[in-house]
Amino acid sequence: MSWVFANVEQIWELTLTHIGLSIPPIVLGFLLSVPLGWVAHRYAVSRSILLTVSGLLYTIPSLSLFLVLPAILGTTQLDPVNVIVAMTIYAIALMVRSAADGFGSVEPSVRQSATAIGYSEWGRFWAVELPLAGPVLVAGMRVVSASTVSLISVGSLIGVSSLGYLFIDGLNRQFTVEILTGIVATIIIAVIFDLALVGLGRLLMPWTRSSAKAQRRRAAARVEVAA
Amino acid sequence: MSLFADAFAWLFDAANWAGPNGIPIRTLEHLLYTLVTLVAAGVVGVTLGLYIGHTGKLRGAAVIVTGSLRALPTLGLLFLFALWLGIGLTPVIIVLAILAVPPLLAGTYSGIEAIERSTVDAARAMGMTEWQILAKVEIPLAMPLIVSGLRSAALQVIATATIAAYLPLGGLGRFVFDNLSLRRWDAVIGGAIVVTVLALIVDGLFALLERSVVSRGVRAARSRDGSAAQPARKSVAADAA
Amino acid sequence: MGTARRMAGLGIALTAALALSACGSADTISGSGDESEGGSSTIKVGSAGFAESEIIAEIYAQALEAQGVTVERTMQIGQRDVYISALEDGSIDLIPDYSGNLLQYYDDGADATSSEDVYDALTEAVPDGFEVLDQAEAEDKDSYNVTKEFSEEHGVTSLADLADVDEKLVVGGNPELKERPYGPTGLTDVYGVPADNIGFTPINDSGGPLTVEALANGDVNVADLFTTSPAIAENGFVTLDDPENLILPQNVVPLISSDAATDDVIETLNAVSAELTTEELIDMNARNQGEEKASPATIAKDWLSGTGLV
Repeated sequence: MSWVFANVEQIWELTLTHIGLSIPPIVLGFLLSVPLGWVAHRYAVSRSILLTVSGLLYTIPSLSLFLVLPAILGTTQLDPVNVIVAMTIYAIALMVRSAADGFGSVEPSVRQSATAIGYSEWGRFWAVELPLAGPVLVAGMRVVSASTVSLISVGSLIGVSSLGYLFIDGLNRQFTVEILTGIVATIIIAVIFDLALVGLGRLLMPWTRSSAKAQRRRAAARVEVAA
Repeated sequence: MSLFADAFAWLFDAANWAGPNGIPIRTLEHLLYTLVTLVAAGVVGVTLGLYIGHTGKLRGAAVIVTGSLRALPTLGLLFLFALWLGIGLTPVIIVLAILAVPPLLAGTYSGIEAIERSTVDAARAMGMTEWQILAKVEIPLAMPLIVSGLRSAALQVIATATIAAYLPLGGLGRFVFDNLSLRRWDAVIGGAIVVTVLALIVDGLFALLERSVVSRGVRAARSRDGSAAQPARKSVAADAA
Repeated sequence: MGTARRMAGLGIALTAALALSACGSADTISGSGDESEGGSSTIKVGSAGFAESEIIAEIYAQALEAQGVTVERTMQIGQRDVYISALEDGSIDLIPDYSGNLLQYYDDGADATSSEDVYDALTEAVPDGFEVLDQAEAEDKDSYNVTKEFSEEHGVTSLADLADVDEKLVVGGNPELKERPYGPTGLTDVYGVPADNIGFTPINDSGGPLTVEALANGDVNVADLFTTSPAIAENGFVTLDDPENLILPQNVVPLISSDAATDDVIETLNAVSAELTTEELIDMNARNQGEEKASPATIAKDWLSGTGLV
């Protein structure tokens, strides 16, 4: 424990860097997955292609992705962009399916009613489908957030520092306290992100607060299985 | 994209298919680690999932546990267990199993929860014991979602089992790790492609399995009345696709 | 598969476009890429992926900071192939390295054996745009180690004895060792160990605890460890003599990009190299890895104030 107190400044700095690296992929993953998920939901042909491809993206070993990206993107070896892009790819891999499921959870009758009262497809998407898909989207984003926060640390193997530094340095020095500190800090970040997502969901979708609890739970369970 | 051209040249070079460091042996090792992990994780995840699904107890705890397991950084865990338990297969399997438990657990309990309560009540009214209800009603009906959970777990484990090479075992991770520091991108990418193809094949097999484990009674009902069975089927298909 | 890859490529390109637009914020957070305040007064110091390298890099960094130079740190980058490419693409300007291995990296046919010859050859071998500054007396070599039991059983105390071992030899070390002139091929060429009697197990921790354990538990019977590693004495390993100088002298030497090597910087780093000894390296490693678990920053600070450099 005394090591933690002695090095609190460094741990805090690594934590901030870790957070800074985690947020862009989570946000980008969401912004890219929602339209992709909608397309997957809307057109049957695209569905199997998009879901299969996004599933496969998740199987690319992260370390190889980190190292190959500079050659593809023209970035430098130590550019944090490499890690951010890689994490965004994984976020999409996880999130496209949730987004497609989310839009699938909107009752067809509701969609028809919306069209009947004069919504254009565009208007219907924003006013009806997106809000109703919201609970499933939030459930999916919780998975994306947890997995991004935990995976970022691999970047430390290629010199993009984060809490993963504590794992590598801890291994080098056979120092379990240091590794445990990194793990605990990672979990704390993940929990805070998770609470933020849930809070954001409640703020944006006030109607889910009291009702439809069971439905949300079922939606969440389905996402858990898929992830 | 000469990177990928090089990678495919590496893949089709006969020299990379022979011997203990050849693609076939490494693939078998990879599958072996995956299998051992799924068995270990299945014992824990499915058993707990059945208990939670059947009794309805501990559900809140299960959600929290699966959520926090997912946030555990694999790299840190691997190093931690390597220091505690030494190098070798045990720490690798523990770390991989931690990844595999959440989808298995969630698949199992949500599979049971998705069963109409009236179906279970009917079984109870017929005089079935709780064990019989579990074995003859709940497990068969939950099977598609259990397999779906197993499928997610398998994909995640196949993708991550590359870390075994760190400790320093075999598996497809060898191609990635051994060639990273030498900057031999053809082998690094080639190895990654093998992992992805393996995942694709395993995923396809699980898709077939998922279809074949739909209980006979459910299938019969579906062919009689497609619309009634539609919602349940859809959610399974969504996870499967 | 073709389609899948194309789709993947598309996804990557798409993501890249968006991610690049977000990189401004990422840079701010990670503290790199502030070109505006840069100029010649900012030096990006890196270290290889093991603790000793980070300690030396930290010494360089603090010594430079004491001279008013702004330093950005990127520690624990990885193995030589990776950090050299980081140096080449400008991600870092300065990194501590070791003379013999660095020479063989640039010129694998080099035949120098004495510390001075190696250093002279190295100054020639370093490509344009980069240079090595003065080398330190401090040395940390790769070394081949066996357990005490193995040494006694087979009567092995020198690399020359390995040729007569009737048991299959399995060498454990970083993956790149396999390709280095001082790796298994060197054992064959220089010491006549039959090539078909040497196996190789790559272990990715630069002679760290995983390599040590692999040797201790018999997964490998010869391990490449650094001579300054406290683990050799702790485990009673026998470091094999190298009468033919297969492994070149490995003096600590700063590798720097010429753009960053201003007179002030050169003077500061040369002053550091003039003071750094092998014993001090061992002591510093022990503080870092042993009971104290002192951070590289603390160790560097203490060393610099101890020498009066800062």
